[in-house]
Amino acid sequence: MAQLAAVVGVGQTKYKTKRKDVSIAGLVREAAIAALEDADLTWDDIDAVILGKAPDMFEGIIMPELYLTDALGCNGKPMLRVHTAGSVGGSTAIVAASYVQSGVFKRILTVSFEKQSESNAMWALSNPQPFSPHLNAGAGGYFAPIIREYMRRSDAPYDAGIKVAVKDRLHGARNPLAHLQLPNITMKEVEDSPMLWEPLRFLEACPSSDGACAMIIANEDLATKSPRKPAWIRGTAMRSEPTMYAGREQVNPQAGIDCAKDVYAQAGIHNPRKDLDCAEVYVPFSWYEPMWLENLGFADVGKGWELTMNNATSLIEGGDIPWNCSGGVLSSNPIGASGMIRFAEAAQQVRGEAHGHQVEGAKTALGHAYGGGAQFFSMWVVSADKP
Amino acid sequence: MAASAEVLSQAFTLGYTYTRSTGPIVGQFLTSLRNRKMVGIKASDGKVLMPPVEFDPVSAAALTEFVDLPDSGVVKTWCWVSHPRKAHPSDKPFAWAMIQLDGADTPMLHWVDAGEEVAMSTGMRVKVRWAEETKGLMGDVNGFVPDAMALLGDLKPNDATDTITGMEAPIYLTYNFTAGKATAQYLHSIKKGQLVGQRCPNCRNVYIPPRGSCAACGVPTVEEVVLGNKATVESFTIVYIPIPGNPIKPPYVIANLVLDGANLSFLHLLSECKNEDVRIGMRVEAVWKPEEEWGYAMENIRYFKPIDEPDMAFSEIGKLIDEGK
Repeated sequence: MAQLAAVVGVGQTKYKTKRKDVSIAGLVREAAIAALEDADLTWDDIDAVILGKAPDMFEGIIMPELYLTDALGCNGKPMLRVHTAGSVGGSTAIVAASYVQSGVFKRILTVSFEKQSESNAMWALSNPQPFSPHLNAGAGGYFAPIIREYMRRSDAPYDAGIKVAVKDRLHGARNPLAHLQLPNITMKEVEDSPMLWEPLRFLEACPSSDGACAMIIANEDLATKSPRKPAWIRGTAMRSEPTMYAGREQVNPQAGIDCAKDVYAQAGIHNPRKDLDCAEVYVPFSWYEPMWLENLGFADVGKGWELTMNNATSLIEGGDIPWNCSGGVLSSNPIGASGMIRFAEAAQQVRGEAHGHQVEGAKTALGHAYGGGAQFFSMWVVSADKP
Repeated sequence: MAASAEVLSQAFTLGYTYTRSTGPIVGQFLTSLRNRKMVGIKASDGKVLMPPVEFDPVSAAALTEFVDLPDSGVVKTWCWVSHPRKAHPSDKPFAWAMIQLDGADTPMLHWVDAGEEVAMSTGMRVKVRWAEETKGLMGDVNGFVPDAMALLGDLKPNDATDTITGMEAPIYLTYNFTAGKATAQYLHSIKKGQLVGQRCPNCRNVYIPPRGSCAACGVPTVEEVVLGNKATVESFTIVYIPIPGNPIKPPYVIANLVLDGANLSFLHLLSECKNEDVRIGMRVEAVWKPEEEWGYAMENIRYFKPIDEPDMAFSEIGKLIDEGK
């Protein structure tokens, strides 16, 4: 029987295009120190450090976990690095949570980061391959045809993606840490922004960000004694599937459906739209909101866009199931950290610590991340109430 | 196929022009090097770490107190390199050494230009040989030399006054890629103008390019299937971003294409049509380069172009199992 675990501290950097003033170690350190302060702890209180980041090729630092041991106070402590592409921030948090739930460690610092300004993530994601034409053009180029197929199947209005792009930026304008601050963004502005990978426009895609996110996860005893409200972890799940095989469902991946079912069963969620108060879901390209609304069971297949168009996912419009109140990946995307930010923001909501983008009275929230060719999924449900 | 025994290997270079933000501590260290000065940093326990680090390796405290150090010290340990390689700092035999500067408590890695191995010894005294021109990089130390060696270089002053905050750090990985059996067979076929996939013995789906296994069933694929030039557009994107080093001019159509008889799409260019006319289900065929230009690459097909056939039903794209006649 797993033991209880809870998030007792959250630390994030401000997300920016370029953090030229700090090294990678300095960046990661900021988030870690902020999480320790939030939990009113010092380095000596931490039993182990679990670090996550996206491919080494992004910044070209091989095994950054070795270089970051000093910055993260790992001397004499276990340290692990997790890697599951873009979902890594989520799976890193789950590995950390699992170690606490298993009783192996009492209190863990978990951190993830990306410093995209030192790299070129678009072409690191689509590097040329031997014996192959170089035709892949970034993550947008990979996902755009899948989005097109979703649009065809669902017969969604052409501007559903534009609506998400505006909504998440308006949410982001309420979060001082969000990279993009676009409080006056309009549907027209998004629609008029340059087409990058048709049907995806510039303002329907995530930015490239520098940033780091950290959490302290503690066992029941320590969480109960923590100075601020803990976010109790009610369920965690991960699923993966191969990138390419005949018959693979790419618009609505089976691994995502299975992962959601698993985490909901653990957390006692029967109807995610009703039983959850909000969700932080990995939406790097606008159309992934309606697609994931369906994949995660918030809407019937083919109907996800209706929730988007009816403002159900908008905090500002008073929607019943706000998605990405922090501004989401569309407002800040330090890739390796983006999944953990979703998990951490879900925790902040149920802790009542989300300030300007707080969903009033939020008790239960979903954190979600996906990565690779939409083939790695990690999710957790956190709650204000101890189970 | 006879060709299956032939090994296909290709030299390949992958590179990125990384940059680094140094942060204040390493930035100050590099700025000092540019001025031909060595600085260490004081650790929590009072010891002097060289080169300086941002965070104390024992206490994890942020370190801030720089300590000026002389440019001479002692070799703590070393190894001799009798046959320097291209990436090495010297083209003559040299020593890698851990050198502890006077006043520092930790040794730093650098190289010693001692002429010959017998001149090297643990405990020997060495001094910095500064580069004639400094750039604010580790290479400003043009190796260490035995203390007694006279240095005659013409040291040009560096007038820069800014504090270094960043540096360029491009990395190029050059390696040989050797195609596996299934890929090699596929490439040998395409060199002869033929598209040959493989069928999964379990689910009967056909893969092209074949990878020697079916990722859905987890079984090897052996049976070869010769496919034609016709395909269907499963989906596509119109790309408005140029690909570095690629002559294709945006906007261009990259389509996920399923060859007739195959069950998984691959990416290729679509041309000889208006971008706005491209649609899911559209029928297309391969346009090959002239035979004399054929190599071991999918580029033998220049692009696909639309053909005058009715669109394929959406439900059938990639779903048809064709067992042949």
